[in-house]
Amino acid sequence: MENILQGFFYSFGATMKDVAPIIILIVGFQIFVLKKPIPNLKKVILGSILVIVGLTLFLLGLERALFPVGNLMAEQLSNPEFIKKHYHNPESWLAYYWIYLFAAMIGFATTIAEPSLIAVAIKANEVSGGTIKKWGLRIVVAVGVALALALGTFRIVTGTPLYLYILVGYIIVIIQTIFAPKKIIALAYDSGGVTTSTVTVPIVAALGLGLSGVVPGRNPAIDGFGLIAFASLFPIITVLAYAQIMELLNKKKK
Amino acid sequence: MAFFSRITKLIVYSSKKLMSAFLDLLPILLVISFFQLVILQQPFPQFYEILFGSTLVLLGLMLFIEGLEMGLFPIGESMAYALAKKGSLFWLLFFSFALGFSTTIAEPALIAVAQEAARISAESELIGSSESAKSSYALGLRISVAFSVGFAILLGVLRILKGWPLYYLIIGGYVIVMLITIVAPNEIIGLAYDLGGVTTSTITVPLVTALGVGLASVIKGRNPLLDGFGLIAFASLFPMIFSMLYGIVIFGL
Repeated sequence: MENILQGFFYSFGATMKDVAPIIILIVGFQIFVLKKPIPNLKKVILGSILVIVGLTLFLLGLERALFPVGNLMAEQLSNPEFIKKHYHNPESWLAYYWIYLFAAMIGFATTIAEPSLIAVAIKANEVSGGTIKKWGLRIVVAVGVALALALGTFRIVTGTPLYLYILVGYIIVIIQTIFAPKKIIALAYDSGGVTTSTVTVPIVAALGLGLSGVVPGRNPAIDGFGLIAFASLFPIITVLAYAQIMELLNKKKK
Repeated sequence: MAFFSRITKLIVYSSKKLMSAFLDLLPILLVISFFQLVILQQPFPQFYEILFGSTLVLLGLMLFIEGLEMGLFPIGESMAYALAKKGSLFWLLFFSFALGFSTTIAEPALIAVAQEAARISAESELIGSSESAKSSYALGLRISVAFSVGFAILLGVLRILKGWPLYYLIIGGYVIVMLITIVAPNEIIGLAYDLGGVTTSTITVPLVTALGVGLASVIKGRNPLLDGFGLIAFASLFPMIFSMLYGIVIFGL
């Protein structure tokens, strides 16, 4: 019990540190620059307290339960003994197929639970008058992260240079931007940045560092990075692609 | 009677919200159970600990989303309206920069990554291995990233005001990233790419999104969907550019 309370206050402190500059900035601006009270002040304060307490519990729960399990599983799946048991030739990149699948599935799952993506989906749904569905956007983004992590772990196993993948990814995004419906572009670009915050980053970082520590010839310092970069790039591609496919289907109907 | 019907309403409301938070979390539970039981064929380590942690995550997510719509979105929007109404470009841009800078400089994920980067750079003998050399490198990296996020939000807000098309700026940014990648030291590239992703925290995203959408809906001729989004995209692009530049300045070409 004592442990839980300690954990709660520790993660409450961390959240407060995160929030304090924002509170100082907003209060300072209201008092010195705008010189007007915030409308619905009581409700806003209550809402902010809910956000802070909610985020504290959320982080505490992640640290106690999900991160240790996620790390443990990443370790077990990249364990040489496990790999030998499932594939005859542990030297081949194919031997790591369970890792690719795990990376894809855990990427999808953690993205669905990502609070900042939920926030952007709520806003996009509101602004588009309901044409952009909350779950639709979240699933398309999550598929992007799944592809990103599968490819990212493949890159770590094969040791191919990161920047080549990123450059190709950028070129694909640029070409898609030319042809995609203009309305979706801003949202698509934004969905790249929101996928990687509270839930996804720690599990993904553990996976990358763990994997590059196990695969012969990889250096965690150089090869361990890059998964997060992939996870911020691919959702842009999938969101743009989804919008393009929907547009094509609509045209065919007409 | 009125009291009981209020309580019933509250219970129905909360259980609906709890259900939707449960759906958000369900995929993670399924993936972990599948791999643990079917592929690794091992029992759950510390089953009750996981159950308890998941309950906390569930409650936290529910409260966060409730507070989002009650607190964070309205604050972001009312700041956008008030600043647009005041009509002072200076204060609007100052607010945008300060929002980006102040939320990033203290971001725990960034602090962790900067320290890790300093450790790695010291090991590859790019910087001195003394504690002070490492901490000044880490601090420099944090400041350049925080500065770049502040600058990104400022430029993004200016874009909404002026109605510049987003894709020109983003594509231009990509081209700059590609060009700098060619000359930047290898040690900083992977790190710089990842930094783009870690700068946008869970509290910054809703605030910044509400600010952008709020501005785009008050300013005449702007469309909230076309112009309101895009601030986060800037905030993930600029740190890559600035941290690679920082690497070039520190390590040389």
